[in-house]
Amino acid sequence: MKKFNVFSLARETMRGHTGWGKQWRNPEPKKQYDVIIVGAGGHGLGTAYYLAREHGIKNIAVLEKGWLGGGNTGRNTTIIRSNYLYDESAGLFDHSLKLWETLSQELNYNVMFSQRGVMMLAHNVHDVQSAQRHINANRLNGVDNEWLTPQQAKEYCPPLNISKDSRYPVMGAALQRRGGVARHDAVAWGYARQASDMGVDIIQNCEVTGINRAPSGEVTGVETTKGTIGAKQVGVVASGHTSILMEMAGVRMPLESFPLQALVSEPVKPIFPCVTMSNAVHAYISQSDKGELVIGGGTDSYVSYSQTGSMHMLQEVLDSIIELYPIFNRLKMLRTWGGVVDVTPDRSPILGKTPVKGLYVNCGWGTGGFKATPGSANVFAHTIAKDEPHKINAGFNLDRFRTGRLIDEAAAAAVAH
Amino acid sequence: MLLIHCPYCKDDRPELEFSNAGEAHIVRPTNMSDISDTEFEAMFFMRDNPKGIALERWRHAHGCGRFFNVARNTVSDKFLKVYKAGEPRPSDAEIEELLK
Repeated sequence: MKKFNVFSLARETMRGHTGWGKQWRNPEPKKQYDVIIVGAGGHGLGTAYYLAREHGIKNIAVLEKGWLGGGNTGRNTTIIRSNYLYDESAGLFDHSLKLWETLSQELNYNVMFSQRGVMMLAHNVHDVQSAQRHINANRLNGVDNEWLTPQQAKEYCPPLNISKDSRYPVMGAALQRRGGVARHDAVAWGYARQASDMGVDIIQNCEVTGINRAPSGEVTGVETTKGTIGAKQVGVVASGHTSILMEMAGVRMPLESFPLQALVSEPVKPIFPCVTMSNAVHAYISQSDKGELVIGGGTDSYVSYSQTGSMHMLQEVLDSIIELYPIFNRLKMLRTWGGVVDVTPDRSPILGKTPVKGLYVNCGWGTGGFKATPGSANVFAHTIAKDEPHKINAGFNLDRFRTGRLIDEAAAAAVAH
Repeated sequence: MLLIHCPYCKDDRPELEFSNAGEAHIVRPTNMSDISDTEFEAMFFMRDNPKGIALERWRHAHGCGRFFNVARNTVSDKFLKVYKAGEPRPSDAEIEELLK
């Protein structure tokens, strides 16, 4: 692997950029690995990276039915924040945010992490009370979050309409200044490049069709479209398709998969300096470095694997966007797309061991998994390497739906997040 | 937008009139205080989440207001069979037939 720095850049400039080479290997699968990760999105590739880097386990295959980073990693609106209500969530998401802050340097790959601030609008008395409760809870957990008046919110985000006549009047906002956005593809590519360099085999176009278990129950490997591959430990990191994969090992999951859509506008000059979210009306917006406004909304209401979503969902999100930012009402939308997100009953992820020995699962990120990529991968690698959860993800076990110890961010936010 | 057939109104109506009410044929136990945590978990939290035919409840919320059941393909989103609440679950053979 060629390191990216000022000297290699200068050398390649002289040579017309002909010597960069491939960023990762594209090997055929071996017969046996120590660990198999199913799903080469950010979370899966990151897991392989931390297993190799921090735990010395390098004989790993990451299997991907499509191309790496082609699922929800490449389909989200790239919002990063950690202002979650409960202690467990604050611990997990802030662990992730701290890793984001040094990720470009660590991976020697520019993930374009930009801490431009994430502002969450309050439109009614309930929103105000809920936001202030979040702010207080966050501060007790050492997570930055502050209250802005409507005028301060407007200063932070000039396109925002704070008129009292607005259909969704802005009564204030919670601002997490450490929040922001990152380049989603670069995260997958950065992890893939480093993991591949340490010996991890990333095998694309290789769909897992079965999970093999010994008569005594433990995992022995997987069946794939490229043949049988053996491993004593298998980590499933397959977002929307987790229920289907876990079914192959006989494990039922408390998950439902919904389409979630996003869209971008035509590119315009810099106008939107931050990320602004409005949970009450489901409208999330930021501006990419290419100049496109990146807009997201809520999920469809029914289970679907179609990766498209309903037209009226887009209409609803744009209705809200135009109310909140009337300046954009003549802007053309360029592209829309959908991803399949797996949602848990309490809207918190499941990250840990399963009833099957050697089988681990990292799923249930719902509509907000991108922000957690480094933190999730980091503690999931620990869980696989030690065969027990890290204290950060101990609460996010599959057992909580039996014991009742839910981490109920669904009730805390009253919306998807 | 999907057009959904309401078996009570006997008409195809736009998706916006309906709300999805989750997986169908989940039986709520009558002896709730006697069942184990595992049984409660299976009933309350665990879901089929199939890629293929899903049996689910819909409600004609902005219409007649009544619940009914459907068999829908979760890959194409196509509604394959609509039947009234209380009618029996389609047999596995019938579901196989719908998939063809």
